[in-house]
Amino acid sequence: MNTPLRRLSVAIVLLFGLLLLNANYLQVVRAKALHNDSHNPRLIAEEYSRERGPILVGPKPVARSVATDDRLKYLRQYADGPLYAPATGFYSLVYGASGMEQEANSILAGTDDSLFVRRIVDLLTGAQPKGGSVALTLDAAAQKAAYDDLRGRRGAVVALDPSTGAILAMVSSPSYDPNLISGHDPAKVRANYDRLSNKASRPMLDRALRQTYPPGSTFKLVTAAAALESGRYTPDSHVDNAPLLDLPQTSADLPNENGGPCTSGTATLTVALENSCNVAFGKLGLELGDDALRAQAQKFGFDRAFEVPIRSVASHFPEDPNLPQTAQSAIGQFDVRATPLQMAMVVAAIANRGVLMAPYLQQEVRGPDLSIIETTKPRTLGTAVSPQTAAELTAMMVKVVEEGTGTNGQIPGVSVAGKTGTAQTGGGRSPHAWFVSFAPANDPKVAVAVIVENGGGVAEVTGNQVAGPIANDVMRAVLHK
Amino acid sequence: MSARSSARTRNPRTVELAMLVFSLVVSMGAYAAVGLAHDGRLPEGMFGYGVGLAVLFGAAHVTLRRFAPDADPLLLPTVTTLNGLGLAMIHRLDLAYADKAHQLGHPVPSAAAPAQLTWTAVGVGLFVAVLLLVRDHRVLQRFTYTAMLLGLGLLLLPLLPVVGGTINGAKIWVRVAGFSFQPGELAKIVLLVFFAGYLVAKRDVLALASRRVAGIDLPRARDLGPVIVAWAASLAVLVFERDLGTSLLFFGVFIALLYVATERLSWLLIGVLLFAFGSYLAYSLFGHVQERVDIWLHAFAPSNIDSDSYQLVQGLFGMGSGGLLGKGLGLGRPDIVPYAQTDFIVAAFGEELGLTGLMAILLLYAIVVQRGMRTAIAVRDSFGKLLAAGLAFSVALQVFVVVGGVTRLIPLTGLTMPFLSYGGSSLVANWMLIALLARISDAARRPAPPPAPSLEDAKTQVVRL
Repeated sequence: MNTPLRRLSVAIVLLFGLLLLNANYLQVVRAKALHNDSHNPRLIAEEYSRERGPILVGPKPVARSVATDDRLKYLRQYADGPLYAPATGFYSLVYGASGMEQEANSILAGTDDSLFVRRIVDLLTGAQPKGGSVALTLDAAAQKAAYDDLRGRRGAVVALDPSTGAILAMVSSPSYDPNLISGHDPAKVRANYDRLSNKASRPMLDRALRQTYPPGSTFKLVTAAAALESGRYTPDSHVDNAPLLDLPQTSADLPNENGGPCTSGTATLTVALENSCNVAFGKLGLELGDDALRAQAQKFGFDRAFEVPIRSVASHFPEDPNLPQTAQSAIGQFDVRATPLQMAMVVAAIANRGVLMAPYLQQEVRGPDLSIIETTKPRTLGTAVSPQTAAELTAMMVKVVEEGTGTNGQIPGVSVAGKTGTAQTGGGRSPHAWFVSFAPANDPKVAVAVIVENGGGVAEVTGNQVAGPIANDVMRAVLHK
Repeated sequence: MSARSSARTRNPRTVELAMLVFSLVVSMGAYAAVGLAHDGRLPEGMFGYGVGLAVLFGAAHVTLRRFAPDADPLLLPTVTTLNGLGLAMIHRLDLAYADKAHQLGHPVPSAAAPAQLTWTAVGVGLFVAVLLLVRDHRVLQRFTYTAMLLGLGLLLLPLLPVVGGTINGAKIWVRVAGFSFQPGELAKIVLLVFFAGYLVAKRDVLALASRRVAGIDLPRARDLGPVIVAWAASLAVLVFERDLGTSLLFFGVFIALLYVATERLSWLLIGVLLFAFGSYLAYSLFGHVQERVDIWLHAFAPSNIDSDSYQLVQGLFGMGSGGLLGKGLGLGRPDIVPYAQTDFIVAAFGEELGLTGLMAILLLYAIVVQRGMRTAIAVRDSFGKLLAAGLAFSVALQVFVVVGGVTRLIPLTGLTMPFLSYGGSSLVANWMLIALLARISDAARRPAPPPAPSLEDAKTQVVRL
C-alpha cells in the first residue's frame, strides 16, 4: 500500500501548492486592485479615520472635516453648502465623492505622491496622517453676488479672470446642500439623495459646466469674430439692413427681433452687433459658410470638454448644417449649444487680446502644515482671434453696453464690453436670457457669462433686463465697485 | 516501514515539550497583540489565560508521555498553535462585534472566545480519553460495521424532525437541551474507521480486475456496489442536508482510500467520473448548487457583489488589503466579512497576518497532514495505514475545500477550518482525530521488535471467514 500512499502524498502536496499559489496571486498580484476597489468598505473606513484636508476659498474653509464621536472619526461639513456646491461637490459614504472632493481626493485624503515626504515623517513620528488642502480660485464676493441674484431662478453664472483663466465665480441655481449627502447615516443620505435627484429643478446638476444651452445672440460674437478674421470685413463694413432674410431652399424667413430694419441709419457691422440684428448676422453666416463659423467656434473652445479639473461637457456647433440652418446657427440658434463656461471663455479670449486661457478652479495645493506644494500655472489653449480683431470686437462690445442692447451692463466710471442674448427654446416656453461681458474694457479683470433659463419666468425678456444686472453685480464684486 | 532504525535519538516527548512552549508563546503573543491593538495595553486576563492554555496543552502532553510515548512529536504542538491562533482571532472579532453593537446601541452579542476556550478544554479532554480508551488502534477494526451504523446515524440525525435544525440553509445541526451540535464532524471520524475496516476486509476482492482497457485494469462490474453506495450517500447529504462540503469530503476521502487499499488506478478514474457526473447532476438539478457556482464565476458582477457574493468578495478585499505582511492582528477590518469567526476565518487571517501569516498557517496544516501520511507509510498493519491516511487526507481535503473556497480557487462549500474556526463540534472532533493519529503514530514509531508478522494476515483471514 505504500506506493499509492506516496502518490497520495504527492497529490496532497499539489493541493497545498495550488492553495499557496492562489494566495500569492491574491495577496501580491491582485492585492492593490482588490484594496482599491470601490466596493471595498475598508477604503472608506480608512479615509474617514484620517483628518481630510479642507477646501479653501480665500482664507475660509468651505469644506472641512470635524471630529465626531461616532464610528467614522471625521464628518465632512460644508459652510455655505449650496453656494459652493458646484465647486466642492459632496463626499459621501454611499455615493462616493463628486466635484473637487473627487478630483482632489488624493491630496485631501493625504495619499497623493506630492505629500510623500510628509507621510514618511508621519510614519516615523507616529502622528495620525492628515490630508493636504486645496485652495480654489473663486472670489467669495463674486460667487455670493451671483448666487444671491440667481436665487429663486434657474440659471448659471461663470466668471473668469481673462488673463489667466482662473474661475472667479461658478454658480448654478437652484443648488443643493452637500451636507445632506455627506452625513454618516446611510439611510438618511439615501433619502436625501433620492429627494434631490427627483426634483424637477435638478438642483444637483451643475448648470455652469455640465449643461448646454442655445447661446442665442451671444453667439453673434463668434460670427463677428469669424467675419473680421476673414479679412473681408471691418467693423465699418456695410451689412444687410433688410427687415427679413429670405432663407434659401425654404419658404421661411429670418426676421429681425423688432420686425423692422436693423437701423434707420447705415448698417455697419458695429451697428448690427449693437442692435443684435438677426438679418445682418444670418446673412454674414451665409457669406462666411458653416466651415468658417465652426472653425472660429472651435478656436474659442467649442466641441471639446475642459477639466478645471471638474470636467465640463463640450459645447457644440452643428456638423453639417444646410444653408438655412447655417443662417440660424450664425445667430446662435438651430443646434448650436454652449455651456455658460464656454460663453465666458469666448468673452475672456476677446478680453485677453484674442488669447484663450485654460479655465481652472484649483489655485494651489497646500500640505497639512499649510506650506504651498503646488500652484497652478495659467495655461494658454491657443489664439482665438488676432489682437486686432480682439480690439475691434472689444470696441464693438463697448458700444453694445454704452448705447445698444446691453445698457444694464454699465458701471459708473468703468468701461464695460458686453453682449446680450435671447435664445429661443421652442415648445412655447419663454426664451433663455443671456448676458456676457468683461470689464474694464481697456484692462480686463473679469469676464462673465450669465444665463437665466426661460427668462426667470418673465414672458418677453431680453438678456439685458434679466441677465444684465446679474453680470453687472458680479463684475462690480470683482472690481470692488 | 523503518520507524527508527538508527538507535535512540532524542526523546520525541522532549522535542514536543520544547515545541509546545513555542506554541504557547505564539498563542499568547497573538492574544497580547489583539489587546494592544484594541486598548493600547496588554489584556487584563492574560496571565490567567496563559496558565489555562499551559495546563490544557500540558495535560495533552503528559497523556502522550504516559500513554503514547513514541507518538509523533510534531502533531500536538502544531494543532495547539492553530487552536491558539484561532482563539486569538475569535477574541479579536468578539471585540469588534462588541464595539459595533455599542456604536449602534444594540445589545452586545455573547462572546465566542470563552465558549471556544471551553470547547478547547472539552477537546483536550476527549483527546486524553481517546488515548486512554484506545490503547491499540487495531481494536477499532472490530467495530467496522458498528462504525458504519453509528456514522450514518450521526449523518442522518439532523434530518430528524425534533432535534434537527437548519442554519443558513444547511440542515447539519442537532439541537438537544439548548446545545447545538454538528454531528457531521464526528461522523467524519467514525466513517473513516468504517472505510478503513471495510476496505481492509474487501481490498482483495475489489482489486480483482475483469478487463484491461487502455492499460488500466477495470474492476468487475459487481464490485462497483460500494462505490455507488458511497456516491449515492454523498449525493444524499448534498440533497437532503444541502451540505456541499461534507458531501465532497466524504466521497473524496472514500475514493482516495479505495485507491490506496486496492492500488488500482481504475478506482480513481471511476471516482473522478462519478464525481463529475454527480457534480453535473447536482448543478443541473439544484438551485443552491447553481448559486454557488454563479457566485464563484461572477463574484464581481454588479448583480452579485452587494448580495450573493458579498461575503466572498469582502473576504477577497480583506486579503487584498492585507497584502504581503497584513494589517497586523487587531488592526484590519475582518469583521466586515460575514461569518468571519467560522467559515471565513482564513480571510480574517489573510487580512491581518497577510500572505506571510496565511502561508505559515497553511504550512502548519501541511505539517499535520504530512506527519499523518508518514504515519500511514510507517505503520505496519493495513488497517492502521488506511485509517491514518484517511484521517490525514480528510484534513488536507477539508483545508483545500475551505481555503480554496475563500480564496476563490473553487466554489464555496461551507466547511470549518480545523482548529481555527469557532465551533465546538468541529474543534472537539478534530482533537479526537489528532488523538487517533497520535495513537497510530505511536505504534508506527515504536522501536520494539515487531509482534508476530503473521498477525496482520491472520486477522484478515479471521474476518473473511
